[in-house]
Amino acid sequence: MAEMKRIKVGTASCGIAAGAKAVLDGLRAKAGSVPVDEVGCMGHCYTEPMVEVELNDGSSVFYAGVNGSDKDIDGILSLSDNKRFTFPEKRSKLEKLLVTRLAGRINPVSMDEYKANGGFSALAKATSMSPEEVVNEVLASGLRGRGGAGFPTGRKWSFLAAKKEADKVLICNADEGDPGAFMDRSMMESVPYQVLEGMLIGAYATGATRLFIYCRAEYPLAIKHLNIAIAEMKKAGLNLLPGRTTPLEITIKEGAGAFVCGEETAMIHSLEGKRGTPRFRPPFPTDSGWNGLPTAINNVETYANIPVIFQIGAAEYSSIGTEKSKGTKIFALAGDVKTPGLVEVPMGITLGEIVYDIGGAEPGTVKAVQTGGPSGGCIPASEFGVKIDYDSLGALGAIMGSGGLIVIGNNRCMVETARYFLNFTRSESCGKCTFCRVGTTRMYEALERITTGKGSMADIEFLEDIAPKIKKGALCGLGQTAPNPALSTLRYFRNEYLAHVQDHVCEALACPALVDVAIDPSKCIQCKLCVKTCPVGAIDPVNNFSVDNSKCTKCNSCIEVCPKKAVSRVRKQSAK
Amino acid sequence: MNEAFSYLSEMEAEKGNLIKGLQLIQTREGYVSDDAIRAVAAYFGTPEAEVEGVLTFYAQFKRVKPGKYKISVCDGTACHIKGATQIRAWVQAELGIGDGQTTEDGLFSLQTVACLGCCSLAPVMSINGTVYGKLDRKSLSRILNEYKAKG
Ligand SMILES: Cc1cc2nc3c(=O)[nH]c(=O)nc-3n(C[C@H](O)[C@H](O)[C@H](O)COP(=O)(O)O)c2cc1C
Ligand code: FES
Repeated sequence: MAEMKRIKVGTASCGIAAGAKAVLDGLRAKAGSVPVDEVGCMGHCYTEPMVEVELNDGSSVFYAGVNGSDKDIDGILSLSDNKRFTFPEKRSKLEKLLVTRLAGRINPVSMDEYKANGGFSALAKATSMSPEEVVNEVLASGLRGRGGAGFPTGRKWSFLAAKKEADKVLICNADEGDPGAFMDRSMMESVPYQVLEGMLIGAYATGATRLFIYCRAEYPLAIKHLNIAIAEMKKAGLNLLPGRTTPLEITIKEGAGAFVCGEETAMIHSLEGKRGTPRFRPPFPTDSGWNGLPTAINNVETYANIPVIFQIGAAEYSSIGTEKSKGTKIFALAGDVKTPGLVEVPMGITLGEIVYDIGGAEPGTVKAVQTGGPSGGCIPASEFGVKIDYDSLGALGAIMGSGGLIVIGNNRCMVETARYFLNFTRSESCGKCTFCRVGTTRMYEALERITTGKGSMADIEFLEDIAPKIKKGALCGLGQTAPNPALSTLRYFRNEYLAHVQDHVCEALACPALVDVAIDPSKCIQCKLCVKTCPVGAIDPVNNFSVDNSKCTKCNSCIEVCPKKAVSRVRKQSAK
Repeated sequence: MNEAFSYLSEMEAEKGNLIKGLQLIQTREGYVSDDAIRAVAAYFGTPEAEVEGVLTFYAQFKRVKPGKYKISVCDGTACHIKGATQIRAWVQAELGIGDGQTTEDGLFSLQTVACLGCCSLAPVMSINGTVYGKLDRKSLSRILNEYKAKG
């Protein structure tokens, strides 16, 4: 049998949460002279913790779903068949690992390892060209911003490059505000040098002198890895670009929990130490941004794409994808799928391929997909043939967004989903403009009425009337897109709205006000577990285990603890 | 300046660092007290009202002392559709506190957050930064009991 060269354990946030540290410790204690290294995330989050054993013959063996027990550790060290992992064939065929090629395969904080795998070759190539040529190469690649709006990166860079000021600012938007998305976290944790290399190339191309990374505070590991990487790059002198006399200033700033700070002008205010309220544009940040200096902002994944473009060339890069959306897109696949995780697919693949073939969802069990988070929309299963690109998703009333892709199963309520998003945008609205501040609140209230069985047709009409007004009148992208989750569900799942309003029925049995909890006496063994767990004493063991639904908070505790599955949600008795 | 916050001098007294200063205080103290606001205002040369204005804008900052164990229940989209509402209800039932509150013994405080970045393990919560995924009624009780036992 081939000798073991090195062992790698995935210890990105998702791996750690699944117990990777115990695996790491267990392996280190027993591996003897074989080095055990930490790596990032390979995207197969559903089967963490993951271990890769590199063999001397250049091949690798993978293990998945392991824990720190002696059995698993010894199994790995003896290369046993137990818990061996083979990459799912369907997924491997559909994926194209370009930007995430090194994620989970190298030690994230080792500059040497990044270099040994082609790291910084793109920077060398770019800086052998003129800044103008670099901008043109990015333009030719067709790369569009991965933060959501899809603005051509080369064009944004050309605006900044055209500015004559001596001091210019380039910002990396690492706020990852879409609640339910983790592409940017994973990239920063797994390949921080790649993101930073993209920023250096951007600085070279645009003449930027000062770089900021605005990272959400919930990502301590990403911040740690970026800090190490920046220090290493400084040591290696990479922060002094060819032809410059002063080194770049690179600063990481932690966000403080405000969704609106993902918006460019709000982010700039926040970086200046102020309240993160957006302002009217123009002037655009490239004309007047951070402290009045010309400023451009790009997303983490956008920067991570840049080294790839220079490694394979703009011509090859632009051969991937569709006519107007080039390259690959990373999606954070989560929700009602068997195998959630991070996937990188070429633009132009269908939504169905992602949900069914990569995510492993059974056809017929899924009713929709939500993309773009609070700014996006829900796409019904009947439209899963759609090709993933900026324009096709937009035509369906959704958006590409930054890559959050939540699969919604049949047992979820679409009205409640819309209510959830409007509750989010209403509380995240900064309050500066009336359309957003009052508009999102009124929409939320209407949705709240509908989901609690107090809604009427007038509420549906109200939603449809006010939504376009908010989209038109709001000051920034937050308000301009906030009605989308409601509009798209009204478009595709109108029957659910009508059932709530006219019949007081939530088909999915998700809306607490429209369901009762009932115990099936034929299944009940009177074990009283439900009685003990109920926090409000709603179950009466004396009176035939009946549930007092006026007390019950629908917290599902009894449903979860019942060993016989005798407790369930049912349609409310009073429903029509 | 109030001696208790002298560590602020770790950073430059430049306005762009105001949020960072508040974050430093919250990391050290667990929350931002009235005294801390005064200290930050003095250090950065900004009116107290402005410091408070900035502070109240950002959800991260706490104005009251949190419990020893800070529980963050994720209600991001992935966790929401996987039952975050129930997870929160169960924590509330087991600890007898509402969202944003602290138990009387000062042991636990509860807050709802939007996405901890581990959506593939939804539903998720974190306690003092340690993330627990794929929660159900049983595992939640077990985890809370472990912390209760530790005290
Ligand atoms: C309310 C709001 C939140 C946003 N949040 C993010 C975010 O978390 N991450 C991001 O990259 N872009 C976000 N954006 C988009 C950015 O404002 C900006 O368009 C993007 O960072 C530009 O980078 P790109 O061209 O590389 O996509 C948000 C926009 C709005 C209006
Ligand atoms: S939605 Fe809960 S971790 Fe992302």
